[in-house]
Amino acid sequence: MTLTLGHFLSLGAMLFALSVIGIFLNRKNLIVLLMAIELMLLAVNMNFVAFSYYLNDMAGQIFVFFILTVAAAESAIGLAILVLLFRNKSSINVDELNTLQG
Amino acid sequence: MDAKTGLFYVFSAVLLFAAFKVITARNPVHAALYLVLAFFQAAAVWILLKAEFLAIALVLVYVGAVMVLFLFVVMMLDINMDSVRKGFWRHFPIAVTLGAVIALEMSYVLMGGFREPPKGSSLPGQLGDQVSNTKELGKVLYSEYLYPLEIAAVILLVAIIAAIALTLRERKDSKHTNSSDQVRVKAVDRMRLVKMKSAVSEPAVPVVVQASAAEVKKS
Repeated sequence: MTLTLGHFLSLGAMLFALSVIGIFLNRKNLIVLLMAIELMLLAVNMNFVAFSYYLNDMAGQIFVFFILTVAAAESAIGLAILVLLFRNKSSINVDELNTLQG
Repeated sequence: MDAKTGLFYVFSAVLLFAAFKVITARNPVHAALYLVLAFFQAAAVWILLKAEFLAIALVLVYVGAVMVLFLFVVMMLDINMDSVRKGFWRHFPIAVTLGAVIALEMSYVLMGGFREPPKGSSLPGQLGDQVSNTKELGKVLYSEYLYPLEIAAVILLVAIIAAIALTLRERKDSKHTNSSDQVRVKAVDRMRLVKMKSAVSEPAVPVVVQASAAEVKKS
């Protein structure tokens, strides 16, 4: 039994499903929410790399490269906002972030 | 079942276990460390797929930079863990139902549709046979995808500036001096000369005299 494209895509799907569960569970902890988003991006990257390998196309790996760039920027800004939020409200509970509701 | 398949199963089992621990860990520091483990396993799977450059970049960029950033932030914030964990399992049934549905649907579709290699394509894994993966990636990246690469660089610059600008704060109680203001100061700013009339001392005496005259009249 050799590895097929389906194996890698299923791994990506399971990883994605796990991070969706994580987003549902960690409603009070913004840090773990950010980590779940990182896991989602990892799952998507896994799909890209698998397609790039099985279709002999370099574009998939290029895309992973750009996704890594954007994910790094996203987590840097997200953590900066998190620090700012904690400084102002002394809490990282997502349910308490209702200041914009008016 | 060859060695590569066995390795794939080992790596993906550890990857899924680490991902599960990330989302259920009691302590955010443990969650960050399990995320590091997950990234290592993902890098190993990518090496199985002959994407060496991206695997090493994942370890260097994510484990080396982003996860250290996460750990710094986790340790900087003083989080009350009891209030964070309260009601943790309340959303568990719906979350598990949704996750299972997503995983089963996607696995069903993917294992059904992608078991055989796509029609009309050559054998998989032919990319890195002649030259190394890094060289192949670099050739495409710096010719065909040059403008997207520069846009990515600008995005990183924006991220740096935004992160610094968001977290920078001026402390009201610190007694710092602005050295550029000190250099640029002129003598006019230090001392101001005001022209004033000199004081005159005549009107005091006649008032007293009049008052005493009125007193004299009354008596």
